[in-house]
Amino acid sequence: MNRFDYIRPGTVAEAVSAAAVPGSAYLAAGTNLLDLMKIGVARPERLVDLNYLPGLDAIEALPDGGVRIGARVRNADLAQDPGFRRRFPAVAEALLSGASGQLRNMATVGGNLLQRTRCPYFQDTASACNRRAPGSGCDARGGENRLHAVLGWSEACIATHPSDFCVPLVALGAVVEIAGPAGPREVPLADFHLLPGATPERESVLAPGELVTALRLPAEAAGFAAHARYVKLRERTSYAFAVVSAAAALRIEDGRIAAARLALGGVAAKPWRAEAAEAALVGAAPDAAAFQQAAEIALAEARPSGDNAFKIELARRIARRALRLAAAGTPERLPALPASPFAPLSGGLHG
Amino acid sequence: MAEPQRIRHGSSLGQPITRRDGVLKVTGQARYAADNHPPGLLHAVLATSRIARGRVASLDVAAARAHPGVVAVMTPENRPPLAMDPDDKSVPFSFKLDLLQNDRVRYPGQPIAVVIAETLEAATEGAALLAPRYEAEPASVSLDDAEPFVPPMIGVGDPAEAHHGDVDAGLAAAAQRIDATYETPTQFHNAMEPHGVVASWDGDRLSLDMPTQGLAMTQMRLAALFGIPAEGIHIRSPFIGGGFGSKLLSGPQALGILAARLVGRPVKLVLTRAQMYGPVSHRAPTRQRLRLGTAEDGALTALDHHVRAATSRFDDFIEPSASISHTLYAAPAIATRTEAVRLDAGTPGFMRAPGEASGSIALESAIDEMAAACGMDPLAFRLRNYAEVEPVSGKPFSSKALRECYAEGAARFGWDGRPLAPRQMRDEQGLLVGWGMGTATFPAMMFHGEARAVIRRDGTGLVETGAHDMGQGAWTALAQIAADSLGLNLAQLEFRSGSSDLPNAGLAGGSTHTATAGGAVHAAGTQAIARLTEVAVADPRSPLFGAGNVGVVARDGRLVRWDDESRSESFADILGRAGLPEIEARGSAAGDAAAMEHYAMHAHGAVFAEVKVDPELGQIRATRLVGAFAAGRIINPRLVRSQYYGGMIWGVSFALHEGAVLDPRTGRVMNADLAEYHVPVNADVPSVEAILVEEEDPHVNALGIKGVGEIGITGTAGAVANAVWHATGVRVRRFPIAIEQLIGGKEA
Ligand SMILES: Cc1cc2nc3c(=O)[nH]c(=O)nc-3n(C[C@H](O)[C@H](O)[C@H](O)COP(=O)(O)OP(=O)(O)OC[C@H]3O[C@@H](n4cnc5c(N)ncnc54)[C@H](O)[C@@H]3O)c2cc1C
Ligand code: SF4
Repeated sequence: MNRFDYIRPGTVAEAVSAAAVPGSAYLAAGTNLLDLMKIGVARPERLVDLNYLPGLDAIEALPDGGVRIGARVRNADLAQDPGFRRRFPAVAEALLSGASGQLRNMATVGGNLLQRTRCPYFQDTASACNRRAPGSGCDARGGENRLHAVLGWSEACIATHPSDFCVPLVALGAVVEIAGPAGPREVPLADFHLLPGATPERESVLAPGELVTALRLPAEAAGFAAHARYVKLRERTSYAFAVVSAAAALRIEDGRIAAARLALGGVAAKPWRAEAAEAALVGAAPDAAAFQQAAEIALAEARPSGDNAFKIELARRIARRALRLAAAGTPERLPALPASPFAPLSGGLHG
Repeated sequence: MAEPQRIRHGSSLGQPITRRDGVLKVTGQARYAADNHPPGLLHAVLATSRIARGRVASLDVAAARAHPGVVAVMTPENRPPLAMDPDDKSVPFSFKLDLLQNDRVRYPGQPIAVVIAETLEAATEGAALLAPRYEAEPASVSLDDAEPFVPPMIGVGDPAEAHHGDVDAGLAAAAQRIDATYETPTQFHNAMEPHGVVASWDGDRLSLDMPTQGLAMTQMRLAALFGIPAEGIHIRSPFIGGGFGSKLLSGPQALGILAARLVGRPVKLVLTRAQMYGPVSHRAPTRQRLRLGTAEDGALTALDHHVRAATSRFDDFIEPSASISHTLYAAPAIATRTEAVRLDAGTPGFMRAPGEASGSIALESAIDEMAAACGMDPLAFRLRNYAEVEPVSGKPFSSKALRECYAEGAARFGWDGRPLAPRQMRDEQGLLVGWGMGTATFPAMMFHGEARAVIRRDGTGLVETGAHDMGQGAWTALAQIAADSLGLNLAQLEFRSGSSDLPNAGLAGGSTHTATAGGAVHAAGTQAIARLTEVAVADPRSPLFGAGNVGVVARDGRLVRWDDESRSESFADILGRAGLPEIEARGSAAGDAAAMEHYAMHAHGAVFAEVKVDPELGQIRATRLVGAFAAGRIINPRLVRSQYYGGMIWGVSFALHEGAVLDPRTGRVMNADLAEYHVPVNADVPSVEAILVEEEDPHVNALGIKGVGEIGITGTAGAVANAVWHATGVRVRRFPIAIEQLIGGKEA
């Protein structure tokens, strides 16, 4: 690990001005950043530690019915917060399906949003990687890429964003609150992460020094609580990143879908909201035909980026599954294996 | 629950005693090699190759040296001399070592330099600053990248080909045939404790804290490498955080020893997790073609097992996957043949059940396919082809309670009523359910081992042997044997082990350790009692006077007359009156060559597995495992069960999870960490049961022990794969089974 300066700011303003110096990185729990530093992928010259900043660790109910989650709130604390869990069950389910208990106890909201791709070539400094070293090439093309992107990728980069948490968040219209040298601003999560295009090294809209201070979920997101699920396909039952995943949320009125949200994980460099599929669901009966059609629409643009054509079909299936489970109703209690196909179901797979 | 009836009064053997070092371990007091910090300690970090083949053209040694805290950089230029070429294999079970003998690179992850610094962090950064440049040459990465050859031998000395009967005729005459090819991946060692060493030199004396599965052999290898007397090397290895065959001999640790020599201070070298995917050996990838034929009644007419296994370009270890076909099923014609290909990878080696594990998943899959082709239940098919004698050698088995294993395992699992056809079972939520089985087997072998036993003046005992506790509980099981041999209870016994200055207990490998070290301990203890008896029965003042050597038994610290329980005397009294401070004896144990000539010696078992598969998504979970094993005498059922559990879980891993992902161009391991190199987590193994089937073996060794360390992985991997077929109707022949192989274009 390289030598670096360590700064412990006492206020958001101090943090922002410290991090505006080139070569700085914010340190939250470090479950991603420190790992990358140990393997030489990240080599910041100064770490600006967020762990002592006051005011970023609250889960606040907003007067309009929404919720604001401070950037320092731990993944486990958010998932276990009874009020949050009741109103945004798919978000809690996604959080609890990520990483391991030990990691969730550490990892923060801000860090989860900004975690880096798990592309093995990104993590290996001996490989060519446009995201890590712009212009060097992309060794994932023609290499090991069975878990890479099927949507929104470019010739320059085919990596995916690995977060579970972000998938229901983007479905539910979360907004990111940002503080920065130029003052505060906010950006919808759907616009927060950038697709690679020709500049995969630009992963989010954050400008140097900008700090995520909070996430907000609007009041209407809670309106889906009765029909909201996250489903994650993994290569082992727990402690694995998603091969593909989906968050689905429905509002069902008089046997018809009044509003629908659908987002996919593990398919693109950002959490992938499928708005066209959502639109197609509105007004339909919540049945297999409607879900099948929505899944087709959601993946209409998908193309393999390597040995991963199977992910396109899997993504359709996981979208269908999430919609079907959401239609069946949010379970009273989160299952013991959150988001797993092996979690006990109400009504069965074909119900 | 089933434990109490095994407890026999006055005997430690057979008791489910908990690990004697358990409390030390769970309270963090057990001192592993890397926990040692002698004064003046420096930290060494390896720099490893990023290419598979070529040479290191340059290293920025100046940049590394200039980093604050860095003390030295060791490269081929300044590496201290060795007394022998590290490519010279002087002791059995040894492999060519990469000890900076030149600038050649022969596999990815090969050590190319060592940075030594005051802190681990400085050494790590120094290693990064070396920024090697390479001259790379094209690498052979996959089993198809090189011409196969027939090696002179496979494993540790088995022939590459074996025949019995006429396989072609058997296949031609068969009513049913299958011809199937299976592939197993490269698997890397991921013991909890990575390889490490803390080394200090004092002139030509060398002091080492280092986990090893072979104290005496490591001592010999190091003595030869460094040109110093073996007695001058003291290796302490009291705790080993898992070995599984990777810690038999010093591999990369020798670089830590060289580093200590270079800087003249104690040095600690511990491999990072990523560095475990290079120089510490691995399980070789294989491709196995099996051709089986059966007569109308389901009796095998022929079994042909052809293996292609990878070894390195520069050294030989050929995974002996086909050997399992020599012993398991009766067939009038059996042929096995192994060919090897040379790849630009580290040299493969021993990994828990080397050969048997990879061979078993292929053979058990093929047997399952054959049973299905015959329309027979897989258990009935195996019973139909039960081997009463070892098929290829024709030898009788020293003991074989496999029928009982099948019966007890099947009953416990509830195998009866399993539908023959696949895709017939669903659970209440619609998941596909499948049941599969496999036969487990592992040879019962032995090395040579020695031990020393002392009966002390105060009536207590001391037994010592340089045995290895890798977490399996050797300390506990061997102490139980020692206590019994001396007629003491465990509290009256001091047991010393895990150090190279104790008698040579042989290697802890090949599931031999309890038989070997236990046999030696038993011999030493029995001999000490015989000497004590001589003293007592010759002494007219002893109540045992005139009983004769065979007329007494040792129990509870006393010698007791067989024919008259009222006549006995304590050890302390016997020694006290004779004015002896102690009585000492040595003992040894080794395989009985005559018995091995006459008998085939194997442990056996039957494993039954249930899996569930999501029909749409293809995600798999092994939900239930039942194994029943017969392995001769069981010294400690608790420890044995945990060996079986661990082996069975590895079997799940083999079938469903574990495998290195190699970049097809460079051969580099792209998942060299525990986040991406998947082994099962708790949620993957909801229910495992191991049944201990009674078996008495009068031939295998004095104690009747067969060894239990490796057998659990065999049988299980195939059982899980067969259960996946039974659940889905899809036969996957490439392991680990991946989701895309199950979903195809349609629902699984
Ligand atoms: C073995 C393993 C398995 C995992 N499995 C999963 C999984 O299944 N699903 C999943 O979703 N995740 C998984 N993760 C990832 C995990 O969720 C992330 O590591 C974690 O959320 C990062 O949070 P952190 O607080 O530790 O961030 P850090 O590591 O501290 O930071 C991560 C990045 O975010 C930046 N950052 C942090 N906070 C802010 C802020 N407020 N403003 C601006 N920038 C900021 C940092 O500079 C850094 O670049 C896994 C991680 C590991 C190690
Ligand atoms: S896919 Fe993206 S992250 Fe991976 S190697 Fe290519 S450029 Fe780098």
